[in-house]
Amino acid sequence: MSTTTGFFTDSTLCIGCKACEVACKEWNEVEADGLNWTGFSYDNTGAVGHSTWRHVKFVENGTVPGVGGNAPEAVSWEFSSDVCKHCEVAGCLEACPTGSIVRTEFGGVYVQPDVCNGCAYCVTACPFGVVQKNEKDGRAFKCTFCTDRQKVGLKPACATVCPTESIMFGELDQLRLDAQERLESLHARGVNDAEIYDPMHTSVGGIHAFFLIRGKEKTYNLPPNPEVPTVYVKEGWKSAAIGSAALLAGAFFAFLGARR
Amino acid sequence: MHANREDRLQEIRRDAELRGVTTAKGVRPEGSPIPRASEETGYYGLPLLKEPQWRWEIPLYFFTGGAAGSAAVIGAMADWVGDDHELAKHARWLAVGGIGVSSALLIADLGRPSRFLNMLRVFKPQSPMSMGAWILAAFGSMATATAFAKAVQDKWDSLPVRLVGNLAQAGAVAFGLPFHNYTGVLIGATVIPTWNKNIKTLPIHFGMSGVQAACSLLELAGHDDSRALNYLALLSAAWETYEGVHLESRQERELTPLKKGLSGTITRAGGVLSGPLALALRSTAAVSGRERSKRLRRWAALAGITGSLLTRYGWMQAGKSSARDWRIPLEIKEPRSVGELVQMQTADEALTERTAGL
Repeated sequence: MSTTTGFFTDSTLCIGCKACEVACKEWNEVEADGLNWTGFSYDNTGAVGHSTWRHVKFVENGTVPGVGGNAPEAVSWEFSSDVCKHCEVAGCLEACPTGSIVRTEFGGVYVQPDVCNGCAYCVTACPFGVVQKNEKDGRAFKCTFCTDRQKVGLKPACATVCPTESIMFGELDQLRLDAQERLESLHARGVNDAEIYDPMHTSVGGIHAFFLIRGKEKTYNLPPNPEVPTVYVKEGWKSAAIGSAALLAGAFFAFLGARR
Repeated sequence: MHANREDRLQEIRRDAELRGVTTAKGVRPEGSPIPRASEETGYYGLPLLKEPQWRWEIPLYFFTGGAAGSAAVIGAMADWVGDDHELAKHARWLAVGGIGVSSALLIADLGRPSRFLNMLRVFKPQSPMSMGAWILAAFGSMATATAFAKAVQDKWDSLPVRLVGNLAQAGAVAFGLPFHNYTGVLIGATVIPTWNKNIKTLPIHFGMSGVQAACSLLELAGHDDSRALNYLALLSAAWETYEGVHLESRQERELTPLKKGLSGTITRAGGVLSGPLALALRSTAAVSGRERSKRLRRWAALAGITGSLLTRYGWMQAGKSSARDWRIPLEIKEPRSVGELVQMQTADEALTERTAGL
C-alpha cells in the first residue's frame, strides 16, 4: 500500500526562477511553448495547458503610474508556481469516457496517453482549467505528478530542482501539517494576509497539490468554490427523462389523433 | 499645453517634497490602465477555464443525432399507432442515415476510427460522454436491425421476421429516446457556466430541437400531408418558443453569451426560426386548405431545420465565450459601467488607504 503523496507549493518562498517549468519540460519531454511574453509582469504562458504543466504566476499589484510608485508598501509582487491540483474528486477523471484518466497508487490523477482518444470532454470538466487537448497530437495532456519518478522513489522533477523549496513534495497528510505550521509562523511574524488554498468545502473535496498564497485566491486565478461537474449529472438525466417521456407521449398521441 | 505640463511637474515635485511620495494621479501612459492581478481583476483578466475544444463536427453531430433518435421513435409510432407504413419506412431509414452521419462526425472529431472503440472499454454512469457512446452503439445496432428486418418483412412476410423487426424497433425506441436528447446532459454537466446553469432545461431543449428537425426532414421528403407530423412539430415549436421566452426573461450573467455577441445572434436566430416562426406557420397550416397547408409546412420545415442547426452552433459558441469569462468562476461582480471598470483596474480602496498615510 503506497502512501498518498502531494505538492505543497509555498508561494512566499517562490523567487520566480521558472526552474520548475524547465525541469518539467526536460524530464517529461514536453514541447516548447515558444519564447512568448504575455506582457503581464514576467509571465510567459498565462496559464497551465497541454504543453505547460508547471506555470509560474507573477502576481503584480499596485503598480499604478503616479500612485506611490516609490513606496514599498504600495507594491506587491508575488510569485506562485501553478500545477494540476490532483483533486480528491477529479472532474476530468469522472468525465473521461475511455478510462484513460486514472487515480494512481500515489493518489495522483494520471492521463494514460495510450488510452486517451481525444474526445476533449475532460477539458470542459476541470474547474481549474488545467487539462487541455493538444490539437496537433489529438490527445489531452496535463501534469503526470511524475508518476514514473515516484515509482522508483524519486521526487517529481519540479520539486527536485526548486532552489528555495517553495515546491515541497511528500506524504500528503504530513504536508498539510507542515503547511499549517508554516502559516502560523508567518502570521506570528506579521504576514497576516497569508492563507492556504485547499478547497475542502466543495465537491472537489480538497486538492493534493495545494498552495500557500498571500492575499485572496482570486488574484491567483484560483476559484473560491470549484465544483466537480458530476454534481449536475443527476439533474441532467432527470430533464432528459422528462423530455423523452414528452416525445414518446407526443408521438403516440399525434399518430392516434391523426388517425381519426 | 506646454505650460500645463510644467505646472504638472511642479505639482509632482511639491508632492514629493511634502510627503516623501507622489500620491497624485500621474500621467497615464498609452495602453493604460495597466492590467493588474487583484481581487477585482483576477489574474490580469486571463481566463480561468479552458475553452471547449470541439470544432464544427460536434454541433453538427448534436443535430444529426437529435434528428436520428427522434426519427426512430416517430417511425415506430407511425408503424404501431398511425398505420402509416410509408412514413414509418422513411423515418426508419432517416434514423439509420442519421446514425451513420453521426458516427462519421464523431470519428472525424476524434481523428481516427479506432479511437471510438476506446470509449467501449469502460462503462461509466457518472460520465455522460461514456453513457452517450454506449447509447450511440446500442441505438445504432437497433435502428439498423429494425430497418433491415422491416425491409425483409416487406418481401417475405413471416412470423419470425415480424417478431425480430418489432423487437428491434422496441429497442430502437428504448435507445432512441435517450439518444435524441443526451447531448443536453453532456454539455450541461460541465464547468462551463452558461451550460451548467441550464442543465434543467438543456436536454428537453435539445431533444425538442431534434424532434422538429426529424419532422421537418420527413415533411421535405414528401410527408407534408401527415397531420401527425405537424402535431408533433407543433409541440416542438411550442416548447422552443417557451424556452426562448424563459431564456430571455432571466437576467443571470451566466446567460449573457446566449444573448450578446456572435453566439447570442446565432442562438437567438435559431430560437426564432424553430420557435415562434415555425409555430406561426404550422398553426396557420393546420387550419388552411390542402395545397396552402403543404406550402406553409414546407416553409416551416425549412425554418425548423435551419433553426435546429443554428441552435446547436449557438450553444457551442456560447460555451466557448462563457469559458473566457473569468469573473464567473472567480465570483467577481460585473462592473456596472465603463467608469467603474476603469476605477477597478486603476486603483482599489486598499491601495488608496495604504498610500494615504505616507
